Amino acid sequence: MSEAREAILARIRSALHDVPPSEQPQDSPVKRDYLTQGSTERAQLIERFTDRLVDYKAKVRHVSAEELAAAIAQSCAEHGVKRLVVPSDLPQSWWPSDVEILVDRDFSLSYDELDRSDGVLTACAIGVAQTGTIILDSGEAQGRRAISLVPDYHLCVVRADQIVDLVPEAVSNLRSAVLDHRRPITFISGPSATSDIELNRVEGVHGPRTLEVLIVVS
Amino acid sequence: MRPNSVVIELTPKFEKAAKQALENTQLRRNMGKATQTIRAKRAAVVGELPDWQALREAGRAIKERTLRHLDHYLLQLEESVKRAGGHVHWARDASEANRIITNIVRVHQAREVIKIKSLTTDEIRLNKALKEAGITATETDLAELIIQLAGEHSSHILVPAIHKNRSEIRELFMRTLGVKELSDNPKDLAAAARAYLRHKFLTTPVAISGANFAIAESGTIGIVESEGNGRMCLTLPKVLISVMGIEKILPTWQDLEVFLQLLPRSSTGERMNPYTSFWTGVTRDDGPQEFHLVLLDNGRSQVLADEIGRQTLNCIRCSACLNICPVYERTGGHAYGSVYPGPIGAILTPQLVGVEHASSLPYASSLCGACYEVCPVKINIPEVLVHLRAKVVREKQDHGGLKGKLDPENLAMQAMSRMFSNRVAYEAAQRMGQKGQWPMVKDGYITSLPGLLGGWTAMRDLQALPQETFRDWWRKRKKQEEKASE
Amino acid sequence: MRVSLFITCFNDTLFPGTGRATVELLERLGHSVDFPLEQTCCGQMHFNTGYQREAIPLVRRFVEVFGDAEVVVAPSASCVGMVREFYPRLAELSGDQALIDAVAALTPKVYELTEFLVYKLGIEDVGAYYPHRVTYHPTCHSLRVLHVGDAPLRLLRKVRGIDLVTLPDAEQCCGFGGTFAVKNADTSMAMLGDKLRSVRETKAEVCVAADNSCLMHIGGALHRERAGVRTVHIVEILASTEG
Repeated sequence: MSEAREAILARIRSALHDVPPSEQPQDSPVKRDYLTQGSTERAQLIERFTDRLVDYKAKVRHVSAEELAAAIAQSCAEHGVKRLVVPSDLPQSWWPSDVEILVDRDFSLSYDELDRSDGVLTACAIGVAQTGTIILDSGEAQGRRAISLVPDYHLCVVRADQIVDLVPEAVSNLRSAVLDHRRPITFISGPSATSDIELNRVEGVHGPRTLEVLIVVS
Repeated sequence: MRPNSVVIELTPKFEKAAKQALENTQLRRNMGKATQTIRAKRAAVVGELPDWQALREAGRAIKERTLRHLDHYLLQLEESVKRAGGHVHWARDASEANRIITNIVRVHQAREVIKIKSLTTDEIRLNKALKEAGITATETDLAELIIQLAGEHSSHILVPAIHKNRSEIRELFMRTLGVKELSDNPKDLAAAARAYLRHKFLTTPVAISGANFAIAESGTIGIVESEGNGRMCLTLPKVLISVMGIEKILPTWQDLEVFLQLLPRSSTGERMNPYTSFWTGVTRDDGPQEFHLVLLDNGRSQVLADEIGRQTLNCIRCSACLNICPVYERTGGHAYGSVYPGPIGAILTPQLVGVEHASSLPYASSLCGACYEVCPVKINIPEVLVHLRAKVVREKQDHGGLKGKLDPENLAMQAMSRMFSNRVAYEAAQRMGQKGQWPMVKDGYITSLPGLLGGWTAMRDLQALPQETFRDWWRKRKKQEEKASE
Repeated sequence: MRVSLFITCFNDTLFPGTGRATVELLERLGHSVDFPLEQTCCGQMHFNTGYQREAIPLVRRFVEVFGDAEVVVAPSASCVGMVREFYPRLAELSGDQALIDAVAALTPKVYELTEFLVYKLGIEDVGAYYPHRVTYHPTCHSLRVLHVGDAPLRLLRKVRGIDLVTLPDAEQCCGFGGTFAVKNADTSMAMLGDKLRSVRETKAEVCVAADNSCLMHIGGALHRERAGVRTVHIVEILASTEG
């Protein structure tokens, strides 16, 4: 194994015969004069985030903090959710009544249990308006990756203040989760989809076939 | 040793394979429709970004920095992955990579693995190697599954089954998945694949993936996908093996702010693809508890050694160049005889296997330049094509023996170079052409030419050479002017 | 301005009318035209086919012939593209510093005709008259190597009497590609077939472009089909006047 490693490194070093030995990586210039900070106002940001989610066939509703619990219950009812998976640190005040709650306590739910559930409820880390993307960083009220993947319906709560304008802002905000905590990150833009048949996008393959987003606005 | 695995079929040459493909009217229709759809989608979402050109330039520059210091970044990546609890393996070529992967699967006594679409594993023909070791690999990407079920080769780097339309796929699924009733609605076809793969996702212990990005500073690997089959493979199995070409590395997490904008818009024409997953080594209680990263050379260090060809390694496999290419649109991917078809394949394949083994590919382009214009990392594909053509010619002239030297094209080019280097010879050739053409000219046109030039008159008439060249006219005019001024 | 005409070997031999029209137009616009007789070929075919060593003497020759010119103008986008974009590469390959310097000094003075008129001289209306239904095919090298943009269209729009119609999928390559048309004749024809369909759709009687090479390819097929459409170089339209 280390023989291959040495051989490959030697090949690379000889291939780079034109790079002066004194050159450091940062000597090779990278101009970052693309946009890194959005200038959109909050109200417009929420509007754009909503439009782009809808564009990729996610369902979206705006609710106030007071309405949230009722909205969750209503969404579950509309989708016929009887067994709902939640991460163990999801606020209990969000739990809908009349629904069996499967708490992923100590990550104990089996894949079969997840598969037999009707949906999952999570919070998120970031929303990106530019692309209509929800980002899970395994942080608070998001749980492990499997719970937001196996159930066929994902209900996700986004606070308005979690929405950023541009992709670079989101990447920058995730830095600590990745570099300091090595947490897995998942970007979600609409329900699962495929363009594999005649390059036409159709929604609903292996991931949740329905993505519903509740944006909590004040 | 040359990595021949990248090539599916060395013969026939591109022009011969293309001729066959061009006869297939169903293929022409499927390809035309699909590429035109995706071109329009790409143009729309690229047009949304006012800073697209700045992003392209940053993407190019980041790749250049990475490649110029590839040894440094690979070592950094290795250390980061190990620190995060992963294992790192190095493979010089396809067989070494296949051996490493097979051994890992064997240690876990798995007879079955699930796979995320990965060109790199296609390149090393991993599925074949696994099969020989008694391990069944199931492709989980819809298009890869279609190809696997049909027993065919991929014809597009992003959408391997682009050459098939919905009714062909319906027929295939009914035949191979045992589905009794199925419409040709893409939604129903996708649902059939979901039902077929569901149990495998929940129970298979080992998954194999490629990698879209590997972040040197953190050891984070990224996979970009649409269907959720990627998330399934990356999350549910106990063991995950990721194979990546050594050029897939990015120095920092921040660099993703560029590539997460360039890639989805260029490939599927979306603002963002449905799912992108990042993981860093092993996370307790979440996802695979054993992670292996295989770093593959397989000819890439040779590409790196060529200062003009090096930019080929910028490629992020978006497929925008395939979708825009007028040649690819008409011939489809199989004519290129490689895992990597289209314009990027026409420059990558000959560099990976050596131009002497793929000498027709650099000529599989009209040099129209559309590929360069759409490339999100600014690979100057026409420049590399012409550079490789020069290598093909030099190989023929310097190592082709007498046959290479007496090659009719070579002789003609040598003669013309000499002729154009001398005005008298050039003007004599013009007169010779004017006189010599007459047996072939009818009503001012030539309708049939012999030899190499016969390809021209197969479909086109050739206008006869006029009896007066421009310079004849100019000389006459000058003389008249002089006379008039006398 | 004293313009040195780079006619290109292709136009010199096959399309002398394009050269005559160029002289006529430039003189009508008040410029004097010089035609250095020692010029031959820019070496594009050699370079694009992979015969770089054989192209270098032609670079040297071009620099000797045109080195002292005030400005060099050619009615061919692909040949100008060759000189401006690829001569520096060939000069570097030659390893001859004098040639590298000479090429660097010369290339900024070399123009394709339509970009010379619109961007250098700032003229769009050249006083032409051409009472025909015309469609314009932007050639790949004018579009993606030289980036002439809409210069040809701006000139055509000012032509009196013209009925200018848009070509569908105009920016698609016609399939010429130099030796590509011979080496990959079948693929070239498949591309050409679609271009012809677009041309016929416009019901134009004339297909115009800034490169006679592409026009010979398109025109040769239109002639074979007896399509009733002819190909004309843009300068021949710009040189036409009433009466």
